[in-house]
Amino acid sequence: MIPELGHFALILALLLSGLQAVFGIAGASLARERWMATVQPAVAGQFVMLAAAMGTLIAAFVTHDFSVKYVAENSNTALPLFYRIAALWGAHEGSLLLWIFILSVWTVAVALASGGLPRPFVARVLGVLGFVSFGFLLFTLATSNPFARLVPAAPDGRDLNPLLQDFALALHPPLLYTGYVGFAIAFAFACAAMLEGRVDQSWARWARPWTASAWAFLTIGISLGSWWAYYELGWGGFWFWDPVENASFMPWLVGAALLHSLAVTDKRGLFKSWTLLLAILAFSLSLLGTFLVRSGVLVSVHSFAADPARGIFILGFLITVIGGALALYAWRAPALGSQAGFELGARESFLLFNNILLVIAAAVVFGGTMAPLVSDALGLGTLSVGPPYFEPTFLLPMLPLLALLAVGIHANWKRGRLGASRRRWLGAGVLALVLAIAVSFGFYGSPGWLTLTGFALGIWILLSSLVEPINRLRRGLMLPRAVLGMTVAHAGLAVFVIGVTAVQSYSQERDVGLKPGEAVTLDRYEFRFGGVQPVEGPNYDGVRGQVTVTRDGHALVELTPEKRRYWVQRQVMTEASIDAGVRRDLFAALGEDLGANTWSIRVQVRPLIRFVWLGAYLMALGGFLAATDRRYRTARARVAEDTRAGAPTQTEVAASQA
Amino acid sequence: MNRFLLPLGLFALLVVLLAVGLRRAPEKGVIESPLIGKPAPQFTLPDLFDGTRRVQSGDFAGRWHLFNVWGTWCAECRAEHETLLAIQKGGVVPVVGLNWKDDDAQALAWLAQLGNPYAAVAADRDGRVAVDWGVYGAPESFLIAPDGRVVRKQVGALTREIWERDFLPLVTRAAPGG
Repeated sequence: MIPELGHFALILALLLSGLQAVFGIAGASLARERWMATVQPAVAGQFVMLAAAMGTLIAAFVTHDFSVKYVAENSNTALPLFYRIAALWGAHEGSLLLWIFILSVWTVAVALASGGLPRPFVARVLGVLGFVSFGFLLFTLATSNPFARLVPAAPDGRDLNPLLQDFALALHPPLLYTGYVGFAIAFAFACAAMLEGRVDQSWARWARPWTASAWAFLTIGISLGSWWAYYELGWGGFWFWDPVENASFMPWLVGAALLHSLAVTDKRGLFKSWTLLLAILAFSLSLLGTFLVRSGVLVSVHSFAADPARGIFILGFLITVIGGALALYAWRAPALGSQAGFELGARESFLLFNNILLVIAAAVVFGGTMAPLVSDALGLGTLSVGPPYFEPTFLLPMLPLLALLAVGIHANWKRGRLGASRRRWLGAGVLALVLAIAVSFGFYGSPGWLTLTGFALGIWILLSSLVEPINRLRRGLMLPRAVLGMTVAHAGLAVFVIGVTAVQSYSQERDVGLKPGEAVTLDRYEFRFGGVQPVEGPNYDGVRGQVTVTRDGHALVELTPEKRRYWVQRQVMTEASIDAGVRRDLFAALGEDLGANTWSIRVQVRPLIRFVWLGAYLMALGGFLAATDRRYRTARARVAEDTRAGAPTQTEVAASQA
Repeated sequence: MNRFLLPLGLFALLVVLLAVGLRRAPEKGVIESPLIGKPAPQFTLPDLFDGTRRVQSGDFAGRWHLFNVWGTWCAECRAEHETLLAIQKGGVVPVVGLNWKDDDAQALAWLAQLGNPYAAVAADRDGRVAVDWGVYGAPESFLIAPDGRVVRKQVGALTREIWERDFLPLVTRAAPGG
């Protein structure tokens, strides 16, 4: 009975989202106050219904209700409580529900924070969000109902995919979706502005904090996934360019471009149509990513077609939402002119290049990700495009982007006098090069050109990003959150670049077969294998190896890599053991039993790999800081005052006419 | 032409692509390689298992063999691996691997972990030989006749079904008993 209540709540949510879409968009166009007044209650009601549906499904997981098909497929009586809850988003149906629920949370946040914005505008924004929600709910109910029953009920469940039984990966989807869905807000703002036909600077200002926080969430989501891949998959890298990763990376790149473009539109009223396009693009890529990954189109075209209804629905939805928005864009954008000009060396130019290069980078990723699909559509068979394509190609837009950033931070709005700030950026550049040479020779050994470039660019950006805040503080000026956020995010990017450079250039790894007592030496570290012992967990058993690491004869750490066999899905998982450090990670993973008491063991030394994730978290922190700048709140208050101040004037006019 | 229509046009292309992908998904296509019917390209490359030795195109001359391009970075190759192991078990033709733009250590670990279906593996670290063969993605497989000519090519993962339907008959028909 309880799962049926959840199902019913979903149906009610669908109806409410329909109301929200129709009354929001039509009410604003026809200027019907009463229609618009129903939008906010619909938002609230939809949230309550979705929360109820989520609660129902969680309850089914917690109480082991294996009469619900989705629970039976993704849970098991031996599964610990935390993973039973996380199992909700362990497969297609539940992920969709989570996606919709997060969209509802964002929508409520927008409704609550939009008190000061013009009423028709808010109605349109909420209407567009309602439309997106309606599409997803219809998809869920029509093709992917998480509450479908299994008759007769299963005695026990098939268990959650062991790959997903991990803390970081349990948190990865909610954060990733929060980022994805957050771009819906910028999308809705853009659509509302275009529907209104009045695309001025204000919409960009309103969209900025939402975009910044969505982007920050996405950053955290992606880096959690990368971190998980590092220690769980046992391959030892942090990024594999696989289609699932790429699907989240493309909106991130375009989102970063959008953030910068919004800044230009907000401050200077330029790039209006371009910013609109990016807002549409960021969310379109999020949609495409969610659907392609969830339906498995990119991994294997077969699963896309496995349920033709799903594939056709997905396509129809993409056409409606993305096609509709782009048509709106083609209609409205030509009327948007920008009068203000700027000089070549001005900040606007740098941000323009930033945008172009980020979009090229996204296109590079898009091309590589879609190539298998293209090849399949043309009947050329399935193929994988991997790091041999992505790594060199991705650097082409990225290296100039980083160099332009290091210089561009010093540029002023409107006026292009790079000469004036030359001492700063050139000085920082020379210092960075010297430091890069010192670091690579001092700590690691003769670097290649790319290594040196990577270090130099990273250090250059780090130094450059610190110049402005230090100057402000020295002059006793306040450091607004927006500037602080920008600084932290750019410093994070620098840390990330330095980390990636070190990992790519100086990582060492060996795969060896070892008997207990034998050792392998890597760099200055000696890994001595001490044999294996059996272990048992709540829903698996396996063996735990013992690897003692010493450096120059001093014992450093004991690594205990595991190999687990999960009972229900009969899947063998490698659990790498890692000694994390600021300067380097020591990594050991247990491979196969080669017989004769010998085990294959993979050992790695990865310098500065923590910088990769530290950099990502700093970027996210920067996004959050910028999103909470006071300026956005005062801006909202000012708009409210304007509207209030404006209203009496009109009445006065009317009164005087009468 | 309105330049603001361009995004919409590109999106329409994407939609067509997705729609075609959706319709075509059940049938697997085969690309006609210009190499079909021509002698297979010559190569000499280091042996993956022993860098001091060489693997050459002539090593398997006079026999039917399957030339398979793979890499550890390639997700499809992992899916294909089962099939290759089955082909090796079948014992009809040896499989010669071209390890494409890969890391030797990772490739060896992959084979140690998943099993080795290859009679020999040539390490094509910079990808030159793959260019000669017209490879543009992994995995790809070529069936080579005893006279050294390419008889059949598969772009994308081989499945047992494809192998038994499109490849095996060519071998058994041409050489009864051998």
